[in-house]
Amino acid sequence: MIEKTTLWLVIAGLGLGSFGLRFLFLGLVGNRPLPAWVLRHLRYTAVAVIPALVAPMVLWPQATGGTPDPARLAAATVTLAVGLISRNVLAAILAGGATLFGLLYLA
Amino acid sequence: MPPATAKSPFWMGVRAGAPFILVVVPFAALFGLVATEAGLNLLETLGFSFAVVAGAAQFTALQLMQEQAPVLVVLISALAVNLRLAMYSAALTPHLGAAPLWQRAFVAYMTVDQSFTTSIAAYDRHPHWRLGQKTAFFFGACTPVLPAWLAATIAGALAGQHIPPDFALDFAVPITFLAMIAPMLRTLAHVAAALTAVTMALVLAWLPYNLGLLVAGFAGMVAGAQIELRVERRVIGEGHGT
Repeated sequence: MIEKTTLWLVIAGLGLGSFGLRFLFLGLVGNRPLPAWVLRHLRYTAVAVIPALVAPMVLWPQATGGTPDPARLAAATVTLAVGLISRNVLAAILAGGATLFGLLYLA
Repeated sequence: MPPATAKSPFWMGVRAGAPFILVVVPFAALFGLVATEAGLNLLETLGFSFAVVAGAAQFTALQLMQEQAPVLVVLISALAVNLRLAMYSAALTPHLGAAPLWQRAFVAYMTVDQSFTTSIAAYDRHPHWRLGQKTAFFFGACTPVLPAWLAATIAGALAGQHIPPDFALDFAVPITFLAMIAPMLRTLAHVAAALTAVTMALVLAWLPYNLGLLVAGFAGMVAGAQIELRVERRVIGEGHGT
Protein backbone atom coordinates (compact mmCIF):
# COMPACT_ATOMS: atom_id res chain seq x y z
CA MET A 1 0.00 0.00 0.00
CA ILE A 2 1.30 3.47 -0.90
CA GLU A 3 1.09 6.13 1.80
CA LYS A 4 -1.07 9.12 0.79
CA THR A 5 1.47 11.76 1.86
CA THR A 6 4.20 10.03 -0.12
CA LEU A 7 1.89 9.76 -3.13
CA TRP A 8 0.96 13.44 -3.28
CA LEU A 9 4.57 14.52 -2.59
CA VAL A 10 5.65 12.39 -5.56
CA ILE A 11 2.83 13.67 -7.80
CA ALA A 12 3.63 17.31 -6.97
CA GLY A 13 7.41 16.85 -7.15
CA LEU A 14 7.29 14.85 -10.34
CA GLY A 15 4.84 17.29 -11.94
CA LEU A 16 6.98 20.32 -11.08
CA GLY A 17 10.22 18.52 -11.95
CA SER A 18 8.91 17.29 -15.31
CA PHE A 19 7.68 20.78 -16.17
CA GLY A 20 11.06 22.15 -15.12
CA LEU A 21 12.86 19.76 -17.48
CA ARG A 22 10.50 20.67 -20.33
CA PHE A 23 10.82 24.40 -19.59
CA LEU A 24 14.57 24.32 -18.90
CA PHE A 25 15.82 25.28 -22.37
CA LEU A 26 12.67 26.60 -23.98
CA GLY A 27 11.88 28.99 -21.14
CA LEU A 28 15.17 29.91 -19.56
CA VAL A 29 17.69 29.59 -22.39
CA GLY A 30 15.40 31.15 -25.00
CA ASN A 31 17.50 32.03 -28.02
CA ARG A 32 20.94 31.68 -26.42
CA PRO A 33 23.08 28.80 -27.83
CA LEU A 34 24.04 25.79 -25.66
CA PRO A 35 27.56 24.34 -25.33
CA ALA A 36 28.16 21.67 -27.98
CA TRP A 37 29.20 19.02 -25.44
CA VAL A 38 25.93 19.41 -23.51
CA LEU A 39 23.84 18.96 -26.67
CA ARG A 40 26.04 16.03 -27.68
CA HIS A 41 25.11 14.17 -24.50
CA LEU A 42 21.46 15.26 -24.45
CA ARG A 43 20.97 13.85 -27.95
CA TYR A 44 21.39 10.31 -26.57
CA THR A 45 19.17 10.61 -23.49
CA ALA A 46 16.14 8.90 -25.01
CA VAL A 47 18.01 6.06 -26.73
CA ALA A 48 19.98 5.37 -23.51
CA VAL A 49 17.41 5.75 -20.72
CA ILE A 50 14.44 4.04 -22.37
CA PRO A 51 16.32 0.83 -23.38
CA ALA A 52 17.88 0.73 -19.89
CA LEU A 53 14.38 0.93 -18.42
CA VAL A 54 12.99 -1.75 -20.74
CA ALA A 55 15.83 -4.32 -20.69
CA PRO A 56 15.11 -5.80 -17.22
CA MET A 57 11.35 -5.84 -17.98
CA VAL A 58 12.05 -7.91 -21.12
CA LEU A 59 14.57 -10.30 -19.59
CA TRP A 60 12.96 -10.73 -16.16
CA PRO A 61 9.22 -9.98 -16.53
CA GLN A 62 7.33 -9.41 -13.27
CA ALA A 63 4.33 -11.35 -14.59
CA THR A 64 6.38 -14.57 -14.61
CA GLY A 65 8.05 -13.82 -11.28
CA GLY A 66 11.31 -12.80 -12.98
CA THR A 67 11.76 -15.97 -15.04
CA PRO A 68 12.70 -15.29 -18.70
CA ASP A 69 9.64 -15.98 -20.87
CA PRO A 70 10.03 -17.11 -24.52
CA ALA A 71 6.81 -15.37 -25.65
CA ARG A 72 7.84 -12.02 -24.17
CA LEU A 73 11.43 -12.32 -25.47
CA ALA A 74 10.11 -13.09 -28.96
CA ALA A 75 7.61 -10.20 -28.80
CA ALA A 76 10.37 -7.77 -27.80
CA THR A 77 12.65 -9.03 -30.59
CA VAL A 78 9.88 -8.72 -33.22
CA THR A 79 8.93 -5.22 -32.00
CA LEU A 80 12.55 -4.07 -32.22
CA ALA A 81 13.12 -5.69 -35.65
CA VAL A 82 9.92 -4.32 -37.21
CA GLY A 83 10.65 -0.88 -35.71
CA LEU A 84 14.19 -0.90 -37.11
CA ILE A 85 13.12 -2.04 -40.59
CA SER A 86 9.84 -0.15 -41.04
CA ARG A 87 10.71 2.97 -38.95
CA ASN A 88 6.99 2.89 -38.08
CA VAL A 89 6.02 2.98 -34.39
CA LEU A 90 2.50 1.68 -34.90
CA ALA A 91 3.60 -1.23 -37.14
CA ALA A 92 6.17 -2.24 -34.49
CA ILE A 93 3.58 -2.14 -31.67
CA LEU A 94 1.07 -4.20 -33.66
CA ALA A 95 3.70 -6.76 -34.72
CA GLY A 96 5.00 -7.10 -31.15
CA GLY A 97 1.50 -7.40 -29.71
CA ALA A 98 0.49 -10.00 -32.30
CA THR A 99 3.63 -12.04 -31.54
CA LEU A 100 3.00 -11.92 -27.79
CA PHE A 101 -0.67 -12.89 -27.94
CA GLY A 102 -0.04 -15.45 -30.68
CA LEU A 103 2.65 -17.25 -28.68
CA LEU A 104 0.74 -16.99 -25.38
CA TYR A 105 -2.30 -18.48 -27.13
CA LEU A 106 -0.25 -21.38 -28.52
CA ALA A 107 1.48 -22.04 -25.18
CA MET B 1 -2.00 35.31 -33.78
CA PRO B 2 -3.57 36.00 -37.24
CA PRO B 3 -6.07 33.19 -37.89
CA ALA B 4 -5.53 33.16 -41.67
CA THR B 5 -1.87 32.09 -41.35
CA ALA B 6 -2.23 30.04 -38.17
CA LYS B 7 -5.24 27.93 -39.11
CA SER B 8 -3.69 25.74 -41.77
CA PRO B 9 -0.61 24.58 -39.77
CA PHE B 10 -2.89 24.01 -36.77
CA TRP B 11 -5.04 21.52 -38.72
CA MET B 12 -1.95 19.96 -40.23
CA GLY B 13 -0.81 19.43 -36.66
CA VAL B 14 -4.15 17.89 -35.66
CA ARG B 15 -3.90 15.46 -38.58
CA ALA B 16 -0.27 14.62 -37.73
CA GLY B 17 -1.12 14.05 -34.07
CA ALA B 18 -4.29 12.00 -34.59
CA PRO B 19 -2.62 8.60 -35.29
CA PHE B 20 -0.82 8.82 -31.94
CA ILE B 21 -4.19 8.36 -30.22
CA LEU B 22 -3.72 4.67 -31.02
CA VAL B 23 -0.44 4.66 -29.07
CA VAL B 24 -1.45 6.97 -26.22
CA VAL B 25 -4.82 5.39 -25.38
CA PRO B 26 -3.60 1.87 -24.46
CA PHE B 27 -0.61 3.35 -22.62
CA ALA B 28 -2.72 5.77 -20.53
CA ALA B 29 -5.39 3.13 -19.92
CA LEU B 30 -2.69 0.78 -18.70
CA PHE B 31 -1.45 3.44 -16.27
CA GLY B 32 -5.01 3.96 -15.00
CA LEU B 33 -5.31 0.22 -14.53
CA VAL B 34 -1.96 -0.31 -12.80
CA ALA B 35 -2.46 2.75 -10.56
CA THR B 36 -5.88 1.49 -9.48
CA GLU B 37 -4.40 -1.92 -8.71
CA ALA B 38 -1.71 -0.17 -6.63
CA GLY B 39 -4.50 1.35 -4.49
CA LEU B 40 -4.83 4.84 -6.00
CA ASN B 41 -8.34 6.30 -6.30
CA LEU B 42 -9.67 8.01 -9.43
CA LEU B 43 -8.70 11.54 -8.31
CA GLU B 44 -5.15 10.47 -7.46
CA THR B 45 -4.73 8.57 -10.73
CA LEU B 46 -6.06 11.44 -12.82
CA GLY B 47 -4.03 13.99 -10.84
CA PHE B 48 -0.92 11.93 -11.56
CA SER B 49 -1.55 11.90 -15.33
CA PHE B 50 -2.59 15.57 -15.38
CA ALA B 51 0.41 16.85 -13.41
CA VAL B 52 3.13 14.70 -14.92
CA VAL B 53 1.96 13.87 -18.50
CA ALA B 54 4.77 11.34 -18.96
CA GLY B 55 3.82 7.65 -18.93
CA ALA B 56 7.27 6.15 -18.47
CA ALA B 57 8.09 8.34 -15.46
CA GLN B 58 4.66 7.65 -13.95
CA PHE B 59 5.15 3.87 -14.23
CA THR B 60 8.64 4.18 -12.72
CA ALA B 61 7.37 6.28 -9.80
CA LEU B 62 4.44 3.94 -9.15
CA GLN B 63 6.71 0.88 -9.19
CA LEU B 64 9.22 2.42 -6.77
CA MET B 65 6.50 3.65 -4.38
CA GLN B 66 5.14 0.11 -4.22
CA GLU B 67 8.66 -1.03 -3.27
CA GLN B 68 8.50 1.58 -0.44
CA ALA B 69 11.44 3.55 -1.83
CA PRO B 70 12.12 6.96 -0.18
CA VAL B 71 10.42 9.97 -1.86
CA LEU B 72 13.76 11.43 -2.98
CA VAL B 73 14.79 8.19 -4.70
CA VAL B 74 11.37 7.94 -6.40
CA LEU B 75 11.68 11.50 -7.68
CA ILE B 76 15.28 11.19 -8.89
CA SER B 77 14.65 7.88 -10.68
CA ALA B 78 11.42 9.05 -12.34
CA LEU B 79 12.95 12.38 -13.36
CA ALA B 80 15.93 10.50 -14.80
CA VAL B 81 13.47 8.74 -17.09
CA ASN B 82 12.17 12.20 -18.04
CA LEU B 83 15.61 13.68 -18.77
CA ARG B 84 14.85 13.22 -22.45
CA LEU B 85 12.24 15.98 -22.07
CA ALA B 86 15.10 18.42 -21.44
CA MET B 87 16.61 17.27 -24.73
CA TYR B 88 13.28 17.85 -26.48
CA SER B 89 13.12 21.29 -24.87
CA ALA B 90 16.62 22.06 -26.16
CA ALA B 91 15.72 20.89 -29.68
CA LEU B 92 12.51 22.96 -29.73
CA THR B 93 14.25 26.13 -28.53
CA PRO B 94 15.67 27.22 -31.94
CA HIS B 95 12.12 26.94 -33.38
CA LEU B 96 9.89 28.24 -30.57
CA GLY B 97 12.31 30.10 -28.28
CA ALA B 98 11.10 33.49 -29.52
CA ALA B 99 7.43 32.83 -28.63
CA PRO B 100 5.82 34.75 -25.73
CA LEU B 101 6.58 33.28 -22.30
CA TRP B 102 3.02 32.03 -21.69
CA GLN B 103 3.06 30.16 -25.01
CA ARG B 104 6.44 28.63 -24.19
CA ALA B 105 5.03 27.54 -20.82
CA PHE B 106 2.14 25.73 -22.55
CA VAL B 107 4.51 24.20 -25.11
CA ALA B 108 6.66 22.96 -22.22
CA TYR B 109 3.68 21.41 -20.40
CA MET B 110 2.58 19.64 -23.60
CA THR B 111 6.04 18.42 -24.68
CA VAL B 112 5.70 14.64 -24.95
CA ASP B 113 7.41 12.11 -27.23
CA GLN B 114 4.64 12.33 -29.85
CA SER B 115 4.10 16.11 -30.02
CA PHE B 116 7.86 16.69 -30.09
CA THR B 117 8.71 14.10 -32.74
CA THR B 118 5.93 15.07 -35.14
CA SER B 119 6.59 18.82 -34.75
CA ILE B 120 10.34 18.56 -35.39
CA ALA B 121 9.60 16.45 -38.48
CA ALA B 122 7.14 19.12 -39.72
CA TYR B 123 9.62 21.98 -39.08
CA ASP B 124 12.16 20.09 -41.21
CA ARG B 125 9.62 19.73 -44.03
CA HIS B 126 8.53 23.41 -43.85
CA PRO B 127 11.68 25.50 -43.31
CA HIS B 128 9.84 28.66 -44.46
CA TRP B 129 7.36 28.51 -41.56
CA ARG B 130 7.26 31.55 -39.29
CA LEU B 131 6.97 31.40 -35.49
CA GLY B 132 3.14 31.61 -35.45
CA GLN B 133 2.83 28.71 -37.88
CA LYS B 134 5.29 26.59 -35.90
CA THR B 135 3.48 27.13 -32.58
CA ALA B 136 0.11 26.52 -34.32
CA PHE B 137 1.35 23.16 -35.62
CA PHE B 138 2.68 22.17 -32.19
CA PHE B 139 -0.60 22.98 -30.43
CA GLY B 140 -2.48 21.26 -33.27
CA ALA B 141 -0.47 18.08 -32.75
CA CYS B 142 -1.26 18.18 -28.99
CA THR B 143 -4.99 18.70 -29.50
CA PRO B 144 -5.93 15.05 -30.20
CA VAL B 145 -3.20 13.56 -27.97
CA LEU B 146 -3.67 15.23 -24.58
CA PRO B 147 -7.46 14.77 -24.18
CA ALA B 148 -6.98 11.13 -25.27
CA TRP B 149 -4.26 10.78 -22.63
CA LEU B 150 -6.51 12.00 -19.78
CA ALA B 151 -9.68 10.24 -20.99
CA ALA B 152 -7.88 6.90 -21.37
CA THR B 153 -6.36 7.28 -17.88
CA ILE B 154 -9.89 7.60 -16.46
CA ALA B 155 -11.14 4.69 -18.58
CA GLY B 156 -8.29 2.48 -17.37
CA ALA B 157 -8.89 3.42 -13.75
CA LEU B 158 -12.62 2.68 -14.07
CA ALA B 159 -12.00 -0.60 -15.92
CA GLY B 160 -9.99 -1.56 -12.84
CA GLN B 161 -10.17 -5.25 -12.13
CA HIS B 162 -12.31 -6.09 -15.17
CA ILE B 163 -9.27 -7.03 -17.26
CA PRO B 164 -7.96 -10.51 -16.40
CA PRO B 165 -4.27 -10.64 -15.36
CA ASP B 166 -3.46 -13.36 -17.92
CA PHE B 167 -4.08 -10.79 -20.67
CA ALA B 168 -0.31 -9.96 -20.49
CA LEU B 169 -0.95 -6.20 -20.33
CA ASP B 170 2.26 -5.89 -18.30
CA PHE B 171 4.12 -6.16 -21.60
CA ALA B 172 2.35 -3.24 -23.30
CA VAL B 173 4.95 -0.92 -21.72
CA PRO B 174 8.11 -2.63 -23.05
CA ILE B 175 6.53 -3.11 -26.49
CA THR B 176 5.46 0.55 -26.76
CA PHE B 177 8.90 1.77 -25.68
CA LEU B 178 10.82 -0.59 -27.96
CA ALA B 179 8.60 0.47 -30.86
CA MET B 180 9.28 4.14 -30.14
CA ILE B 181 13.05 3.69 -29.70
CA ALA B 182 13.77 1.36 -32.66
CA PRO B 183 13.15 4.01 -35.38
CA MET B 184 15.40 6.41 -33.43
CA LEU B 185 18.44 4.10 -33.73
CA ARG B 186 19.66 5.85 -36.86
CA THR B 187 23.42 6.06 -36.31
CA LEU B 188 26.24 4.01 -34.81
CA ALA B 189 26.29 6.44 -31.87
CA HIS B 190 22.59 5.86 -31.15
CA VAL B 191 23.09 2.08 -31.26
CA ALA B 192 26.17 2.33 -29.01
CA ALA B 193 24.23 4.45 -26.50
CA ALA B 194 21.37 1.94 -26.40
CA LEU B 195 23.61 -1.17 -26.16
CA THR B 196 25.79 0.38 -23.42
CA ALA B 197 22.73 1.42 -21.43
CA VAL B 198 21.09 -2.01 -21.78
CA THR B 199 24.28 -3.83 -20.70
CA MET B 200 24.80 -1.55 -17.70
CA ALA B 201 21.12 -1.78 -16.70
CA LEU B 202 21.29 -5.59 -16.66
CA VAL B 203 24.65 -5.72 -14.89
CA LEU B 204 23.53 -3.16 -12.27
CA ALA B 205 20.00 -4.55 -11.84
CA TRP B 206 20.94 -5.62 -8.28
CA LEU B 207 21.27 -1.98 -7.13
CA PRO B 208 18.33 -0.91 -4.91
CA TYR B 209 15.57 1.52 -5.98
CA ASN B 210 16.36 1.35 -9.71
CA LEU B 211 19.59 3.30 -9.15
CA GLY B 212 21.10 1.12 -11.88
CA LEU B 213 18.83 2.93 -14.34
CA LEU B 214 20.50 6.25 -13.52
CA VAL B 215 24.03 4.91 -13.94
CA ALA B 216 23.09 2.96 -17.08
CA GLY B 217 21.39 5.99 -18.62
CA PHE B 218 24.38 8.24 -18.03
CA ALA B 219 26.79 5.56 -19.31
CA GLY B 220 24.73 5.24 -22.48
CA MET B 221 24.69 9.01 -23.02
CA VAL B 222 28.48 9.21 -22.61
CA ALA B 223 28.94 6.26 -25.01
CA GLY B 224 26.73 7.93 -27.62
CA ALA B 225 28.53 11.27 -27.29
CA GLN B 226 31.97 9.63 -27.50
CA ILE B 227 31.12 7.60 -30.62
CA GLU B 228 29.61 10.68 -32.26
CA LEU B 229 32.80 12.62 -31.53
CA ARG B 230 34.99 9.84 -32.98
CA VAL B 231 32.88 9.45 -36.13
CA GLU B 232 32.96 13.23 -36.64
CA ARG B 233 36.75 13.34 -36.25
CA ARG B 234 37.18 10.48 -38.70
CA VAL B 235 34.99 12.25 -41.27
CA ILE B 236 36.95 15.49 -40.81
CA GLY B 237 40.24 13.54 -40.92
CA GLU B 238 39.26 11.85 -44.18
CA GLY B 239 38.17 15.20 -45.62
CA HIS B 240 41.59 16.73 -44.96
CA GLY B 241 43.57 13.57 -45.81
CA THR B 242 44.97 12.40 -49.13
